[in-house]
Parts: sequence; C-alpha cells; structure tokens
Amino acid sequence: MATNTNISTQQIWSLLEKVTDPEIPVLSIIDLGIVRAVNHSEESGETEIVITPTYSGCPAMDVIRMNIRMTLLEHGIEQVKITTVLSPAWTTDWMSEAGKEKLRAYGIAPPNPSQQVCDMKLFAEESVQCPRCGSYSTRRVSEFGSTACKSLYQCNACHEPFDYFKCH
Amino acid sequence: MSNNRQILSDYVLHLADNALILGQRNSEWCGHGPVLEQDIAITNISLDLIGQARSLYQYAAQLIGNGATEDRLAYLRDAREFRNCLLVELPRGDWAVTTLRQFFFSAYQMLLFQQMLHSSDTTLAAIAEKSLKEVTYHVRWSSEWVIRLGDGTEESHNRMENALADLWAFTGELFVPSDYEKSVADNGIGVDVSSLKDNWLQKVQDVFNEATLTIPTTTWFQSGGKEGIHTEHLGYLLADLQFLQRAYPGMEW
Repeated sequence: MATNTNISTQQIWSLLEKVTDPEIPVLSIIDLGIVRAVNHSEESGETEIVITPTYSGCPAMDVIRMNIRMTLLEHGIEQVKITTVLSPAWTTDWMSEAGKEKLRAYGIAPPNPSQQVCDMKLFAEESVQCPRCGSYSTRRVSEFGSTACKSLYQCNACHEPFDYFKCH
Repeated sequence: MSNNRQILSDYVLHLADNALILGQRNSEWCGHGPVLEQDIAITNISLDLIGQARSLYQYAAQLIGNGATEDRLAYLRDAREFRNCLLVELPRGDWAVTTLRQFFFSAYQMLLFQQMLHSSDTTLAAIAEKSLKEVTYHVRWSSEWVIRLGDGTEESHNRMENALADLWAFTGELFVPSDYEKSVADNGIGVDVSSLKDNWLQKVQDVFNEATLTIPTTTWFQSGGKEGIHTEHLGYLLADLQFLQRAYPGMEW
C-alpha cells in the first residue's frame, strides 16, 4: 500500500463519512457530530482527528476509533493520531439534519432540540413523534433504552414500540 | 511525585473510585432487574458511572506516571487503597435500597459537578461538564423511584423506610472533606464538599415531601472510606471485579 501524501483535509472529512456508529449503522460519525476537528499537515503527512464521546461510557467509542484508523489506512493515510476531547460536551443539537432523517427512516425517533426538554422536571414526558405513523400520541416506556443514548417509547396510535434518540 | 501532584492524584482517585464502585455495584442487577426496562435503566446508569470512572482513572494515571494505567488502578489496588465513600460500596439490597442510594449519590454528584465546572484544572472541569449531562438523567430517574415507592403501597413504603434506615448513616461522609479534599478545595481545583450539604438536604427534602418520607433526625454518621477504611463489603466486591486480572495478569479481551 502506497502512502497517500496528496490528500486534502476536505477529502479526509469525506472519508470519515464512511465511518459509521457500530450501534446505529445508518449514522456516520459526521452525522452524529462527534468529529470536532481534522488537522492535516500536507507537509509531514500527519493527521489528527479530534473526536468527542456521546456518553462517557459509550462502548462504541473504542470501535469507532479503530474504524477511523482502518478507513484512513485503506486510503493510504498511515500517520493518524486520534485525540479525544470532553469539552465542550457533545449534544444531540450537533446531529446533522440528514442524520435525523436517516434515523427516522431507520425506525428511531430523532432527538428533539435540547433547549426544549433537557430539564429536571419529574415524571414529565417529551412529546415524541412516532417514526412509523407520524402520530404525536406516544408514551415513554422507559427513560433508558437499548443503548445509553436512547429511551423506549410506544405509539398509542399504531402501537409500534420504538427507540427515541433522547436529547442530550 | 511532588506533594501537590500526590494530593491531586489522591483526589482524582477518590472521585474515580466513587464512580467505579457504584457502577460495579449497580451492574449486579444486570439480568435481575424487577422488569426488563428497569434492568436496562440501572445497567445504563452503571455504564455512565464506569465511563466517568475511566476518564478520571486515565487522568489519575497521567498524574501518577511511572507505568500507571487506568486498568492497573481499577484492577490491581487493594481495598485499603480505595478512597470511595462507604455509601457506594454497601450491598445492592432490594430495589428500594438501590434507587434511594442512587438518588442520594446522584443528587450529591450533581451539586459536586456543578461546582467543578469552575475548577482551575481544565481536565476536571471538562469531565464535570461531560458527566453533568448524564447525572441529570440519574437524578430524575432515581427521584421518580423514591417517590413511586415511598408514596406507593404499604409494602413499597415500608421498603423505602427500611432502605432509609439502612443508608442514612452513610450519607454524612459525602460532606465531610478529607485532608486531600481540603487541600484541592483551597487551591481552587476541587470542590468544598461541606458547602454542598444544605442544597443537598433541600433536594432530599423536596423529593421526600412527595414520597411521604421523613429525613431522620440522627446526627451520627459513619465514615472512613475516603481514607481507605472500608466496610467488610468492599473486599467481596473487589474480589469479583478484580478476579480476572489477579488470576490472569495482563489478560485482555
């Protein structure tokens, strides 16, 4: 494999769109908004990818780091440094509109804007639209779902149980 | 290691141990929760806590140097070297004990991290910022359970009363600073935990009002965990947590 020295920062961003979340494979790490910076030096060929975790304990992060390396390596980018930053903390507001549409099509309700709902009120439920039939008449089954980033809902109209990518 | 660095690493280990030990304790519910959704909820909370512990252990390892790693700190220290509060190591008990303990701890963590956002140590401030979002969910979830059981049936109310009687004497330690906590608080790095107590009591009072529970009047509190003097329960927990690395040193998945 030849070392690819003629690659631009923009091309690296495009390559990262091929790296997906192992838990939600329809979303790329760009859709998720977890890639914070790409620092590429055309002179030295060194590349730094700055990422931030969705949740502190997200088990997908180790896999994502490895997949970034593998994807870049396939395109001849060998000198890769992956830096993890915690601040500013990731928010679902960084998820792309395209990403939200992909989630909906995949059967997961996309996150509501965080300023509406991230508060401390007890026993409150967000109004979440059913990704299957579009009804807003839905109810929360559990605050925590199949992964840390999701909660469980059920639609009162079509009775479909579904995941909601909760606001964070 | 300089004295200041030693004190800071003691402090970071204290924060990390609190998160790891409660995360490990809660993970015992995995596959045993009262219903599937709540089984998933408590194990998700475990995952958040263990994630927070990882960030803190990584920072502690960096401060300690000398070949320290997050794994060595979690898997190869003995009970006396752990600095977690006694509250987090107590057995999981029934669902009332688990949710009430989570409420006491999460309400404390929330106030702690809100202050730590202003730490002069940028790594700690970043970990606090990240964790605070997760803790917000933990406080809400655990508050709801305390209310649901406290203001529930006679049976569930009695369970909550018993849990309160078991746990209350272990809450005072959260707000009595150890020597290393005093030092880092004086330096603007750590949080003066004694200053959190009034707000914490107010939060407990608010939730207890709805849960029809009464804050005990006892003023004697158990302590020792922050200095490594633990209950008999920690050793068993560590035996479980550390078995693999003790039996097969350096083993990786």
